Amino acid sequence: MTAGTGSFAHALLHPNVTLPEGLTDGNGQPAGRRLNVLRNNVASSLGEALRNGFPVVTKLLGTENMKAIAALYLRAYPPRSPVLSAYGTDLPEFLAGLSQLSHLGYLPDIARLELALRASYHAADAPALDPSRLTDLSPQDLTESTLSFAPSLRLVRSRWPVHAIWLRNTQHDAPKPVAEPQDVLITRREFDPVPHLLPRGGADWIAAISKGQSLGDALDVAQTTAPDFDPASTLAILLRDNALTSLTLKDQRL
Amino acid sequence: MLDTARLNRLPAAPGVGFKPQHFAAIMEDAGPVRWLEIHAENYMGDGGRPLAQLRALAERFAISVHGVGLSIGGAQPLDKDHLARLAKLVGWLDPASFSEHLAWSSHGDTYLNDLLPLPYTNATLTRVAEHIDTVQSTLRRPMLLENPSSYLAFAESTWSEPEFLAELARRTGCGLLLDVNNVFISSVNLGFTPQSYLDAFPLSRVAEIHVGGHDHDADDHGAPLLIDSHARPVAPPVWDLLAEVLARTGPCPVLVEWDNDVPDWPTLRDEARRAEHALQTVAVG
Amino acid sequence: MSNTAKTLAVASAVAAALAAQGTTATAQSKEKCYGVSLAGQNDCAAGPGTTCAGTSTVDYQGNAWTLVDTGTCSEIDLPDMADGTEREGSLEPLQRDLPA
Repeated sequence: MTAGTGSFAHALLHPNVTLPEGLTDGNGQPAGRRLNVLRNNVASSLGEALRNGFPVVTKLLGTENMKAIAALYLRAYPPRSPVLSAYGTDLPEFLAGLSQLSHLGYLPDIARLELALRASYHAADAPALDPSRLTDLSPQDLTESTLSFAPSLRLVRSRWPVHAIWLRNTQHDAPKPVAEPQDVLITRREFDPVPHLLPRGGADWIAAISKGQSLGDALDVAQTTAPDFDPASTLAILLRDNALTSLTLKDQRL
Repeated sequence: MLDTARLNRLPAAPGVGFKPQHFAAIMEDAGPVRWLEIHAENYMGDGGRPLAQLRALAERFAISVHGVGLSIGGAQPLDKDHLARLAKLVGWLDPASFSEHLAWSSHGDTYLNDLLPLPYTNATLTRVAEHIDTVQSTLRRPMLLENPSSYLAFAESTWSEPEFLAELARRTGCGLLLDVNNVFISSVNLGFTPQSYLDAFPLSRVAEIHVGGHDHDADDHGAPLLIDSHARPVAPPVWDLLAEVLARTGPCPVLVEWDNDVPDWPTLRDEARRAEHALQTVAVG
Repeated sequence: MSNTAKTLAVASAVAAALAAQGTTATAQSKEKCYGVSLAGQNDCAAGPGTTCAGTSTVDYQGNAWTLVDTGTCSEIDLPDMADGTEREGSLEPLQRDLPA
């Protein structure tokens, strides 16, 4: 086509670019602002996808600010795939690079938390480990066991109080965040991902297990940085929320 | 008349575009709705609620998978990854119908998330026919191709839109999805009569019909410009046009689309009742 | 920690976690397919706004954009170094999106 899709696509993303030639109103007149319908469809639909995908970032910034940021982002990072539920993966870095937001240092990590929640929401289903498998093992066997996580499990580590900020913007009566680093474990018991605040050492423990280290070795790793770490509460969340899928004892999978 | 049962298995009854917020209400009281249309791209995740809802819906309703992102009218080869995602979805779901748009939405590896227009030339005809062949051989079923809503035209076009669609259907064996709201929008925006469009349209190949709401705007010269917003009830002239179409085609699956400012379920169900009424009128007549 | 102590710590943590299941099992909510979707729905409609929207060139120039005070961020007052540590070097890199 003479008005090839390349120049057409460029004109859609850049409103100050001249119209491709050969576009009419159907009766021989130039198309003029008719192209703006399509420009608007592109910009408003992608902006809406970003606001829907990052509701807490949007609330923190205010809708008008988020619309302006989305207008910048969708031109810097237009979607690479027609599946919009995956759109926005570069937003954390993009926010971190905007000088106007440099005083909101926590914002990129809130965006990462929201991306992780979305990824968890769409992750594959997996049958949960029967907790009674754990009761059958000796203390020595437990210590040497490894665990596999459900595909919906996510871990987000931050030097900011991301869990408290997320709660403050999603629930009534949540307390005002105080300055502290927070690590978040996301589990999806069935369909709704839930972010849990991890105790100090918990993220190291989760990361070690996810790399295939045994329960005993993972405890060593976690207690290197957090000597008081006790995995009981984190393990209780994993069991309750169907976040464990298998237990392997040496070469034997249970 | 073509046997459209070969093209899909949707009942000649009202359907609606499925919205997740309506799930519980639809399961409770679907009213006259016998089938649901989903947008393929919203069910390409690995699991979780979207796929669980779809499995539950498919036990009760015929499902039409309606793609919005394949860029069949695009200048470049079809996206193999996206085609594979479609094949996976259509493979496990075995829907009653698969349809896509006469439009493009991707350039290079950029997806623009809009159904964009293409010139109706011999070159685009050849390319789009090849793309339809690829889709049909990959999915191992015939597809339906939908007429677009237009805001502008290409000076270089040498085919009228209905003739272009008829030739595509003839070459590829695909069926057609006739969006009556799009016919009305394009007729106002580009200055032709809906009747002239329908006279040239191969109605015997129509296996599904869409109706939906539109908004009003104006172009640089103050001429009316209708916007395909799917944000309100179907306009009276579109219901009239549906009746005209059904009088020519006979009973056909009719879908009500409502994608923006989505109403509560009873409101959408009432729109489906109007479609049911239009279908009953033609069945009796 | 000695191996014996570690084995005991793991075993008691597992026992405590299992015991917690007994007390929480009845409180578990019955999630169904009901509930809204999360983010990023594709559709085939025109966007809200019409010919005059989406065309402001000012919106697309990063340095021309100014943050206006409309969101809840104004009520969250955190020092730039929230945990009191230096920004570079003292913390491990962020690890996200496990499992890979």
